[in-house]
Amino acid sequence: MIWTFLPGERHTPKLGLDLRGGTQVILSPSVAVGETLTPDQLNQTVAIIRQRVDGFGVAESEVTIQGTGNGAKIIVTIPGETSRTVVDQLKTTAQLNFRPVLAIDFGSPQASASPTPSVSDSASPSTSPSGSATPAASTTPEPTPSPSVSVAPELLVPPIQSPDGSGDFADRFAALDCATSDILNGATDDPAQYLISCEKDGSVKYALAPADLVGTDIESATAGLPQQGAGGWQVDLQMTTDGAKKFADSTTKLSALESPNDQFAIVLDGVVISAPSVNEPILGGSAVISGSFTADEARALAQVLKYGALPVGLEVDEVQQISPTLGNDQLQAGLIAGGFGLLLVVIYLLLYYRALGVIAVVSLVAAAIMTYLVFVILGRGIGFTLTLSGVAGAIVAIGITADSFIIYFERIRDEIREGKRLRVAIDQGWIRARRTILAADFVSLLSAAILYYLSVGSVRGFAFTLGLITFVDIAVAFLFTRSLVTKLGNSKWMNSGSAWTGVSPTRLGVTSSTSEVN
Amino acid sequence: MAGLSQLGNSLYRGDVSYNIVGRRKAWYLVSAILIILSIATLGVRGLNLGIEFKGGAEFSVPLTVANDESVSQARETVLAAGETPSTVTIIGGDTIRIQTPALSTEASNALSAALADSFAVEEANIKVQLVGPSWGDEVTQNALRALLVFLVLVAIFLSIYFEWQMAIAALAALAHDVLITVGIYALSGFEVTPASVIGFLTILGYSLYDTVVVFDKVKENTKGIHGGSRTTYSEAANLALNQTLVRSINTSVVALLPVLSILVVGVSLLGVGTLNDLALALFVGMLVGTYSSIFVATPFLCQMKERAAENIALAKRVQARRKGGDAANDVKPEISIGAPIVSSAGPRQQRVKKTRSGRSGK
Repeated sequence: MIWTFLPGERHTPKLGLDLRGGTQVILSPSVAVGETLTPDQLNQTVAIIRQRVDGFGVAESEVTIQGTGNGAKIIVTIPGETSRTVVDQLKTTAQLNFRPVLAIDFGSPQASASPTPSVSDSASPSTSPSGSATPAASTTPEPTPSPSVSVAPELLVPPIQSPDGSGDFADRFAALDCATSDILNGATDDPAQYLISCEKDGSVKYALAPADLVGTDIESATAGLPQQGAGGWQVDLQMTTDGAKKFADSTTKLSALESPNDQFAIVLDGVVISAPSVNEPILGGSAVISGSFTADEARALAQVLKYGALPVGLEVDEVQQISPTLGNDQLQAGLIAGGFGLLLVVIYLLLYYRALGVIAVVSLVAAAIMTYLVFVILGRGIGFTLTLSGVAGAIVAIGITADSFIIYFERIRDEIREGKRLRVAIDQGWIRARRTILAADFVSLLSAAILYYLSVGSVRGFAFTLGLITFVDIAVAFLFTRSLVTKLGNSKWMNSGSAWTGVSPTRLGVTSSTSEVN
Repeated sequence: MAGLSQLGNSLYRGDVSYNIVGRRKAWYLVSAILIILSIATLGVRGLNLGIEFKGGAEFSVPLTVANDESVSQARETVLAAGETPSTVTIIGGDTIRIQTPALSTEASNALSAALADSFAVEEANIKVQLVGPSWGDEVTQNALRALLVFLVLVAIFLSIYFEWQMAIAALAALAHDVLITVGIYALSGFEVTPASVIGFLTILGYSLYDTVVVFDKVKENTKGIHGGSRTTYSEAANLALNQTLVRSINTSVVALLPVLSILVVGVSLLGVGTLNDLALALFVGMLVGTYSSIFVATPFLCQMKERAAENIALAKRVQARRKGGDAANDVKPEISIGAPIVSSAGPRQQRVKKTRSGRSGK
């Protein structure tokens, strides 16, 4: 356990939100009646939410899943003071816009290796040859090195949007470095304005015109293999009636232009997901995006197009915002209460059990230190956070831990009352007490385990702490208290019969006549 | 302290013995009254469910001093923002808590800003909680499911470790504890929050823990009594209760001291909060739990056990033996497992007379 205090590591338990302040949001995925939530959908949702939370830039934010299937909950924890709008930003289904491309800049040369997908009319697949993926190198300007101009920081703050596409806008485009900008963290995207953005892997930057189509114009999107079997995976798009009209106008306009202006960018939360080029006007409202997609890429793109990123809708179950001051007050009160309670217990044990009471107090301190170390280690190892209900669980556990010693001591005294000598009493008392302690602690462990597996949120923290401390209790009683009592029992003074030992035969009502010799 | 220690000696030997099992009707009456009161209060007043169970929004605004003026000020601010406050309460003298029906996040942000403005506090210091109406149902459902699984597993464990009658008696004591604790919540009007649900669940664990300790001694004392005719099952169980009485008192004191300290520290420093919700449930539950493991679980167990054929036969043998040899009463009782209940004369007796049984073992 010494390694717990190796230098350079955190030496305090990781505190939960209610103790240090912050925002906790519990979201539940909403699925239609009769449908089940697949682990894939859930993981994808969490991945997207995590991306958004990371976008807030608060260290140690967490997104976790509790429960499985339709009952699963997504718990988002953002420590410290946060803006009151985080909740809206979390649950909004992302914005999806189709924007004509004005300019493309490949920041680094290797990006040119990725081919540009193309979009074609699905009604006439024969007109778009299987090799419709246009190699980017041939259609785009020469890769330019990243600009080394120094840029005012405010220019890098997303979103970089402008009502017109001129002047200042072009400068900003030149200045943007996708590798360092936080554009990739996502931003609100006003479809009516111009936008500068990056491809999601950060390799390519785009200057984009106002959107021709928005997410709601898409009826459905599915990933599949072309019927001819040639080429890679593709995404089939179906527009709404309204969307079909807009798409027809847009593609007619785009297909007549030169590369890269014949491309439109699929922009999600201000980040470019894909930018297919348009081969021909698409009038029927159904289209195919083809390119060198893998099955996964095609499915992901279809998912984005269909749901605007989140594979399921989200409902807010609970939002809790706690100011850091309040959290700190709670922690302090908890510590004061715990300390005060412990002090009272120590006084009581010392008065009643005297020398044995000292052992009980030392054992309690050992249990407290062990618990603290386990909190620290688990905080570092598995991200265990100590919450207020956890602190309460720990305070309650003081009683249960002390009870193990009380059971043992009472057994020793019972044996002495039977006339046994101290050393014998200590050994036999232990054999009897051990069974009781194990049986009683087993019930505690059982309740902690069940609570942990069947509940969410604060109940879990409490159950975890309770279970943990029950283990610590068993460990301390078996390894520490037991041997300490034996050692003490071997001392001359403990056998002297002094009233201060707590095991004085005379005080326990044993007269010399009833005292056995063994 | 020495007094309790001496009492422990006497209790262990059987010099002093409280006839707990024999007076079960009295304890049952006490428990029955408490349970009926609990159920009646629950029916009439119901539980004061926290926002987590009803759904809605809650804002806690920290002030230097919160008084009636701040309450009306808060009310006006909420009304001015176009919302209806359900309750406005002062907590701990320096915080004002406003609850409203469910709000959208936009409305809640607006109200939070309005409150910050009105009371001139930093918006970040206002604690905001929004709860969807289904959230509390889910917490409750989860808790109930956990409870059911727990009860089944505990019943299995106790049946294997002890015997099925002990499992039933322990579960009866458990139901007793939870009912009374819930009743006290209904009576006092304290808010039921997820934290108090945690408290209830802990009581289950604690109540069983305490019962297991007592039953372990009962099991030990009743082992092998069927071979002789010295003592009946109830007498052996009663001795076990007396022998563990000091343990029960010590454990309860030690367990209740920290909980009491949470209550006192929590109320004086924080006002209403998670810690207090939890501590109140625990305090009441632990008290009731200790009571029930002594006065409900064991007498109930004896009642069931005395119906078993072997125990009826044993009781008859014991009676026959005692009729035949009254001389046994003159002999100092043996200090052994299963010593009969005997009252002793002595100065200690006076002190404890009121609560202990005067009945001598015949």
